[in-house]
Amino acid sequence: MSATTEAAAPQKPQTPSRAQQVLREILESSTLVVIMAIVASMLIGAILIAFADEEVRAASAYFFSRPGDTLSAIWEAVSGAYTAMFQGAIYNSNVDSFAGQIKPFTQTLTQATPLIFAGLGLGIGFRAGMFNIGAQGQIIIGATLGGWVGFAWHLPVGLHLLVAIIGCALGGAIWGFIPGILKAKTGAHEVIVTIMLNYVALNLLSYLLSLEAFQREGQDNPISPTVDTNAQYPLLLGDQFPLHWGFVLALACAGGVWWLMERSTLGFEFRAVGANPRAARTAGMNVAKGTVLVMVVAGALAGLAGSAQVLGTEKNLTLDVAGSIGFDAITVALLGRSRPLGTVMAAILFGGLKASGPTLQVQAGLPVDIVFVIQATIVLFIAAPPLVRSIFRLPAPAHEKEVAA
Amino acid sequence: MTTTTVTPGAPSDALPEEVLRTKSWKGPIGLAVVAVISLLVFGIGTPSGTQTTFSVATSSDFVHLPTATVPSKLAAILLSVVALALAGYAAYLANRYRKPGIWLPIVYGMAVMGALLTWAGAGRDSTNIQITGLLTSALFLAVPLIFGALAGTLCERSGIINIAIEGQLLAGAFFAALVASMVGNAYVGLIAAPLAGALVGAILAIFATKYWVNQIVVGVVLNMLVVGLTSFFFSTVMSDNPELNQSLGLEALPIPVLSTIPVIGPVLFDQNLLVYTMYVVVIVFQIMLFKSRWGLRVRAVGEHPKAADTVGIKVNRTRVRNTILGGAIAGLGGAFFTVASGLAFGKEMTAGKGYIALAAMILGRWSPRGALAAALLFGFADALRVQLGIIGSDIPSQFLAMFPYLATIFAVAGLVGHSRPPAAEGTPYKK
Amino acid sequence: MKLELRGITKRFGDFTANDSIDLVVESGTVHALLGENGAGKSTLMNVLFGLYDADGGQILLDDEPVVFVGPGDAMAAGIGMVHQHFMLVPVFTVAESVMLGHEEVRGPAKLLDLDAARARVKEISDRFGFHIDPDATIENLSVGAQQRVEIIKALSQDAKVLILDEPTAVLTPQETDELLEIIGQLRDAGTAVVLITHKLREVKAIADHITVIRRGKVVGTAEPTASQEELASLMVGRDVSMTVSKDAAQPGDPMLEVENLSVVDEATSIKHLDSVSFEVRRGEILAVAGVQGNGQTELAEAILGIVAAAEGNVKLDGEVITGRSIRQALDAGIGFVPEDRTEDGVVADFTITNNLILDLYDKAPYSKAGAIDRRYASQNAAEQVERFDVRTTSSEALAGSLSGGNQQKVVLARELARDLKLLIASQPTRGLDVGSIEFVHKRIIEERDKGAAVLIVSSELDEVYALADRIAVMYHGRIVDIVSPDTDRDTLGLMMAGAHEEEAA
Repeated sequence: MSATTEAAAPQKPQTPSRAQQVLREILESSTLVVIMAIVASMLIGAILIAFADEEVRAASAYFFSRPGDTLSAIWEAVSGAYTAMFQGAIYNSNVDSFAGQIKPFTQTLTQATPLIFAGLGLGIGFRAGMFNIGAQGQIIIGATLGGWVGFAWHLPVGLHLLVAIIGCALGGAIWGFIPGILKAKTGAHEVIVTIMLNYVALNLLSYLLSLEAFQREGQDNPISPTVDTNAQYPLLLGDQFPLHWGFVLALACAGGVWWLMERSTLGFEFRAVGANPRAARTAGMNVAKGTVLVMVVAGALAGLAGSAQVLGTEKNLTLDVAGSIGFDAITVALLGRSRPLGTVMAAILFGGLKASGPTLQVQAGLPVDIVFVIQATIVLFIAAPPLVRSIFRLPAPAHEKEVAA
Repeated sequence: MTTTTVTPGAPSDALPEEVLRTKSWKGPIGLAVVAVISLLVFGIGTPSGTQTTFSVATSSDFVHLPTATVPSKLAAILLSVVALALAGYAAYLANRYRKPGIWLPIVYGMAVMGALLTWAGAGRDSTNIQITGLLTSALFLAVPLIFGALAGTLCERSGIINIAIEGQLLAGAFFAALVASMVGNAYVGLIAAPLAGALVGAILAIFATKYWVNQIVVGVVLNMLVVGLTSFFFSTVMSDNPELNQSLGLEALPIPVLSTIPVIGPVLFDQNLLVYTMYVVVIVFQIMLFKSRWGLRVRAVGEHPKAADTVGIKVNRTRVRNTILGGAIAGLGGAFFTVASGLAFGKEMTAGKGYIALAAMILGRWSPRGALAAALLFGFADALRVQLGIIGSDIPSQFLAMFPYLATIFAVAGLVGHSRPPAAEGTPYKK
Repeated sequence: MKLELRGITKRFGDFTANDSIDLVVESGTVHALLGENGAGKSTLMNVLFGLYDADGGQILLDDEPVVFVGPGDAMAAGIGMVHQHFMLVPVFTVAESVMLGHEEVRGPAKLLDLDAARARVKEISDRFGFHIDPDATIENLSVGAQQRVEIIKALSQDAKVLILDEPTAVLTPQETDELLEIIGQLRDAGTAVVLITHKLREVKAIADHITVIRRGKVVGTAEPTASQEELASLMVGRDVSMTVSKDAAQPGDPMLEVENLSVVDEATSIKHLDSVSFEVRRGEILAVAGVQGNGQTELAEAILGIVAAAEGNVKLDGEVITGRSIRQALDAGIGFVPEDRTEDGVVADFTITNNLILDLYDKAPYSKAGAIDRRYASQNAAEQVERFDVRTTSSEALAGSLSGGNQQKVVLARELARDLKLLIASQPTRGLDVGSIEFVHKRIIEERDKGAAVLIVSSELDEVYALADRIAVMYHGRIVDIVSPDTDRDTLGLMMAGAHEEEAA
């Protein structure tokens, strides 16, 4: 994506008071835009919740005679839904035990784990100018290879998990390598190639699951045997909580990605290639190598997202092993502005939305799909700061930046 | 004029004389490789002495055609040899700097498909290869792809990348079912569907032209948004009120006389209104895009927006209009899934067809005619998958399902022909 | 038709590009708008053509005030414009390009009337002797022919006022003469012509009136009889010496030897470079002159390895470097200042600090154990910004925020930071103001005097004369001849059109 390069204009001297300046900086900050985008999306979610609620619709039939009924029904529906979301994702006050109360948050972190991995990978790609839509396929192939190592091989404790994790990363890396090498050698646009490879991966997995080597014994359904205990991520906080060591690995990867992109010479190269491939090339960088490496690293991270599923949460291979993680991760990377810390926070936010799904269904009777709507609108608002600013009447900063992508 | 030896224009008009015209060998080589594989696998690979039965006739045919039974091995070898000969002819043309006409890939494709079918049907005495059925379902399955690819073409020709075809199809499918159910008439669905698609297109257009958001981002996110919204309403409002989501269908409208032609009749002229609309839309846009004032301007905007602006063409207005129009066409294609198929709306029922449509657009080189051809090819692959599943072929259906995606990867990697998108696509126009 | 601009003001943010400009152009005259790059000439014309909204002032045609909301209005009022960067769709035919925006249609279906457009093109082309085929595709035409298509475009709309924005930048001296000839014909036919240029010779040759613009303001008017020096000092705002002083070259051993170098475009099989041979010695500047697009860019890029050589050899200091990677060529001691600095020279989104280590980031002392040592990078930036007088608020500012001249200084600072055996600089001063041009030229001559071989590619003959110890002229991918800088302008001009020295002289 091209950045706007504006001619340098001499800054007029300004002498506003300190307090005004601080206020202005806050109002102009992109963090505020992010918060406001989330608020706006929750409002849109609220409208949908109210619309879908039977009682609201019943009360709205006689809105003009007793508008209070409608309003209180809307309040009931919306507050009920968001309470359910809070209780499903962060803290459940309905349970007595402390473990039960904080269990939702550990579920959130568990859901966030694959999003962190894949979001980090996509973020590297975005900053290096590669629009990788292929996390979904990379997760699938990573999970397939790592999962196969997990259930078909039988290795000692420790080693088995390590080999299976490497298998996941390798699978994802291979699936990232293909669009990388095609772009480097033939100029094939990575968006198209990665989209197509997502479907190739899904069909490949579907084929493999129809083979005896991948089928669970006594099952006709496309489901693999359970991964060996040795190859599973150990639980982090004991049996009560679903959170596994994959989360720690994801945080470690976030640190590693930060070092890679901000400090290392390789990251310097990635960023230069992304910002201006021609200048990078003229300065002696190998753009083709950079392109391929970025896609391999991004693929490997997406493969690790697959490991969080197949070696952590799911423990077996099905056609649904990747869920919608590959696409959710795009929104995660965009919301996190492709930075590691931002990606982790965004992943926890969206992980929380996902984790709240079952509670939302049970307590508020709402389908989990509302989560997609909120997620999508957040990203749309984030992508267009002027829109958010005009909704909330915030001042525009001196230089409005395009969304990093 | 000057008295120098340089005459005006003459030496500098043409490119340097050393220009060599290129001989493009990729195409012929690709054709030859596939033909050889066809010969080896379908030809030599078919057991001797087996027979394949093709049935052409359907009971409603005015003229009754008998089934045709051919010796499998001989037929498959012959068809493969025809394909090989066509590859050779393409190479001959390439050597003379010429490109084959559109007929060559079509005949070639038919030959290879014929070999494949002969091979697949060899020795299966109990089942016939249903030619008419195969073609009918190929056309039918291609309908949403054609609308989708056409939508993509209209947007991208004006410079807007439309990844949201999937969302537009889904929105169209949803709204068609909803409105048709409310009114109780399937045809009303055909009016509702484009409105929903146009709305999705309008959002894409605004974000792309007003806020300069990366068009791929908007497309991907819009797909997610439409999935979320339609699934949400499906699980709440529609499941609470089943009368809002009924299975209403468009009936087939056989065209007198034409529909009685053997094979072609039932395939092309015994269809519902949506399919006939598709014929019209493809022809109209093929002409409009390349022969009309509107088309010339749209293409200028997609190739070189600044040049268009300097002759007074409103770039962003053109883009917004085209994107909304494209959305409407994709939305109309979405009606295929519900009212045109006689089905109620289901969660995520478009199942990635929007992305295949995108592939058809690329393979069709951003023209309505090409999109039609590519979508028919993909539709045929899909129909074949179903047919081979019925006769119990050895080819895993997953590999046939992969075909459109692999074909597209080959196409964008330049291994099959050369695809050149509109130069300005994806770039916001800023003065 | 008489065109008048009164008090036109146009601002971009805090920057005033046009400050209350007045201009009167009578029909049947050529009015030259003279000014340096960035003086605000193009902005003014874009306001006139309706591409920009003015912040103040008014436009009058035949003394009637008019308001142009878009270019369509301007064209309808009889104003035509030939832009500096051609406004032609590469995949369209000439006829399609000319009809775009005001298409004639025919038949009940109202489809395009291409025959009418063809006839139109043919008629205008014949009238002025343009030799343009209406069915040729734009991208297959030479630059000169594309410019003639632009003129046909304007004339097909019966333009009464024709604006030509830097029309000669891409033409040979002979093509330039032909264009001036055409402008003369148009004037005689009653057209009012506005010629935007910074080339004094052309102004003197054709203009009836001259308005000089500097920093967005009209600083004076002049008659064509004024001397070049007078016009130049008016344009620049101080007295300018037209050449940089330099000592005679002290050439040493051959440093760069190019033998039978050829470059072929794989996609189109066009031979950009056809068996080129020459050498550049230590302490010598060889300037490659030629009209843009005759293989100079490819020559510079092939030496560095950006484009692959189809055949031939490049030797640096006696060692063959053909086939090496760009990185290896840079490490061998080549400094490279690319033709297009915003595309190839700097990364706009990177800080000045990072741009200054763009080719050194993985070498000591900037790189330590796979990471970048940012202390050294900052120290380096502070030194270079000081030494090359880069005008910026901070070395942490983005390179994209710098003016063109300062970006060029960053590129030059980076490339000259290494010990060079060979400096290659393509169009080193394109788009720079006079002050920066002097600075850049001095640095290049310094590098020569330090003993490096220097290869300059420039389409500005002034620059070639200012720097060259020897001049190589390129035409159609070949070196026509290598001559001494004493060769006169006309001879050089003919050589740029392919004539050998003996024929040309």
